[in-house]
Amino acid sequence: MRRQLLSALGAVLMFSLLTGLAYPLVMTGVSHVLFPSAAQGSLIRSHGRVVGSSLIGQEFVSSAGQPLAQYFQTRPSASNDNGLASGATNLGPSSANLLQSVHQLEVAYRRFNHVPAGVEIPSDAVTTSGSGLDPDISIANARLQAPRVAAARHLPVSVVYSLINSATIHPALGILGEPVVNVLELNVALDSRAH
Amino acid sequence: MAARDWLYFALLIGALAVSVPLLGVYLARVLEGTPQRGDRVWGPLERLIYRALGIDSRAEQRWRTYASSVLAFSAASVLVLYLLQRLQGVLPLNPTHVGGVTPALSWNTAVSFVTNTNWQNYAGETAMSYFTQMVGFVTQNFVSAAAGIAVAVALIRGLVRSRTATLGNFWVDVTRVVVRVLLPLSVVSTLVLVASGVIDTLAGTHVVHTVSGSTQSLPGGAIAPQEVIKELGTNGGGPFNANSAHPFENPTGFTNFFENYLLLLIPFSLPWTFGVMAGSRRQGASVLAAMAVLWAALSFGAMAAETSGSHLLGPGITQHATATVVGGNLTGKEVRFGAAQSALFNSSATATSTGAVDSASDSYTALGGGALLTNMMFGEVSPGGVGSGLYGMLILALVSVFIAGLMVGRTPEYLGKKIQAAEMKLVAIYILVVPLAALSLTAFALLWPSARASLLNHGAHGLTEMIYAFVSTSNNNGSAFAGLNGNTGFFNIALGLAMLLGRFATIVPVLALAGSLGAKPRLEESAGTLPTGTPLFALLLTGVTVIIVGLTYFPVLALGPLLEHFVAHA
Repeated sequence: MRRQLLSALGAVLMFSLLTGLAYPLVMTGVSHVLFPSAAQGSLIRSHGRVVGSSLIGQEFVSSAGQPLAQYFQTRPSASNDNGLASGATNLGPSSANLLQSVHQLEVAYRRFNHVPAGVEIPSDAVTTSGSGLDPDISIANARLQAPRVAAARHLPVSVVYSLINSATIHPALGILGEPVVNVLELNVALDSRAH
Repeated sequence: MAARDWLYFALLIGALAVSVPLLGVYLARVLEGTPQRGDRVWGPLERLIYRALGIDSRAEQRWRTYASSVLAFSAASVLVLYLLQRLQGVLPLNPTHVGGVTPALSWNTAVSFVTNTNWQNYAGETAMSYFTQMVGFVTQNFVSAAAGIAVAVALIRGLVRSRTATLGNFWVDVTRVVVRVLLPLSVVSTLVLVASGVIDTLAGTHVVHTVSGSTQSLPGGAIAPQEVIKELGTNGGGPFNANSAHPFENPTGFTNFFENYLLLLIPFSLPWTFGVMAGSRRQGASVLAAMAVLWAALSFGAMAAETSGSHLLGPGITQHATATVVGGNLTGKEVRFGAAQSALFNSSATATSTGAVDSASDSYTALGGGALLTNMMFGEVSPGGVGSGLYGMLILALVSVFIAGLMVGRTPEYLGKKIQAAEMKLVAIYILVVPLAALSLTAFALLWPSARASLLNHGAHGLTEMIYAFVSTSNNNGSAFAGLNGNTGFFNIALGLAMLLGRFATIVPVLALAGSLGAKPRLEESAGTLPTGTPLFALLLTGVTVIIVGLTYFPVLALGPLLEHFVAHA
């Protein structure tokens, strides 16, 4: 058994060097040469400065925490889009807390976007995501927000619709994933148009 | 389910159907030590490792030595991983300056990664340094997977060799699997993931000034290399708290598909390897078919449940998929994946003992969550973890021939090996130990007041949270119904115990069984032999698996997910 334990410690050491150090470090180096932008987090610039990652959802709110009408809003988040606290609410499907929160979010969404009672709201607008950092919204959600954004920016709604189209990500092969709108890219496109 | 989701399911099955025979044959060659072209490349590296370990690579081991090698390797791994976490504050590659981990959590996490469970009672962004993630977790992701494959291969050797005292050499098997299978696949797959947006940087946290004038901290890390082996080795322990829901781990619909493929690849290839080593592809195919049927059925169930959505949300909200609406139950899900493809991922990850999630299982519909739980209750055989899935299914194959033998009154045989009392005792231990650990620890935790306080949800859903945690850990899956707060003294110890029992109280009987079977002669098939390489046997095996799970777990399934479903629809 003592010999086995010596072999075991040697094995842990050897595999730590090979798979724990050499493999990730070499792959990180190669990734930086081949795919520098992706390896560093697909960062997006606006007016020359980095404003976030196209993969990570962020809040578009005033300093008082109120949603800004001139920006498209991401989905609700369990962590208010805190980049270091990813995660979900983990509330069960019949949890009273969940159902109450969905109801409150629906009321707030209708008021903010002037959506009348007869129009259905897509569920992504009133539910939190798995990561708390979902960067995307559904196309229907974006279109419901478009009139509000257009009014706040004094733009024709048709211009905003066409920007939604350019920020739409279509699934690879038509089937891998869902068609979605990237909110940060859309908002950056709106801002760059204003200047 | 939309047409797109059916095509997605079909494409995944197609991709696996193409890869499994290729990898299955390759794995057999690697494990049998057949001379091959790669020897010139891999040989020197392997010999270097053998020399460092001080072992003779040609010397084979009896089952007791093989088992003690597994145990010694695992003990050394737990020790090293424990120390890495305790000392990470003074170790290098720690740009975010995280401090040492508490003793109870370090122990739980060390046991978790060494047993290929990857249950996580911590949030990776803030609790672990890059050094711990790489040298600790990535290393264990490789070697715990390789150890599982080694044990499965020892059992295959026991079945296919005639009158043998030895089962191969554990150190050689682990080394060859890491060097020739896991590393090359990981290198290629890492590049695929980075090209698709998964990050890979050691730069630390990046603070950006957002569009609306506030700040956001973006985490860093060598994520892509870790993500790949996390799926490929059916480990599941993600660098980030949100696991594969995190856009830096899984940024697109394509990466979601690719990661889903990776986590199924080796578990479905190993029965093929078994067929090749047994000299009869049909033997491998019948085991593979039983695994595939269970995986496809439960995955379809989870996908259907999640796309149908939750009717409790109210009439003003649509969950009906159209060209612009992402349909289904989206609470805890990412819109880029949608409900069906998220459910397929989580179902595949619970069926393979990976335990990774691309969506929050706790917020699944009652039946969708129940499907995930049932996947684990099968005992991780559909297709199960790397190695552990195959040896689990071979154990159930022995139960199946035993039951068939009782029905016709003949001594059961499998691959020409007589299955007698000694073997059936070991099989019974294997079958009983995991449910015993899962159910008794759940009962104990429900009676323990401070443990109940860890539940986020109550009623039937709370029971599901509790049983989910212990079924997940005792089956070495690591999937979390994440509402349960596991980072308490009670859960760190109790869940750690479940993981140890689930891994080693099954591996030792498997290796004893391999030794016992190996010593027997391999008999020729006679007219009275039950053929085991047939569709009929695959059906019998599937039925036996379902019946064992039903008898063991139906009461708790009825009180958890089923009760919740019927109450919600009452």
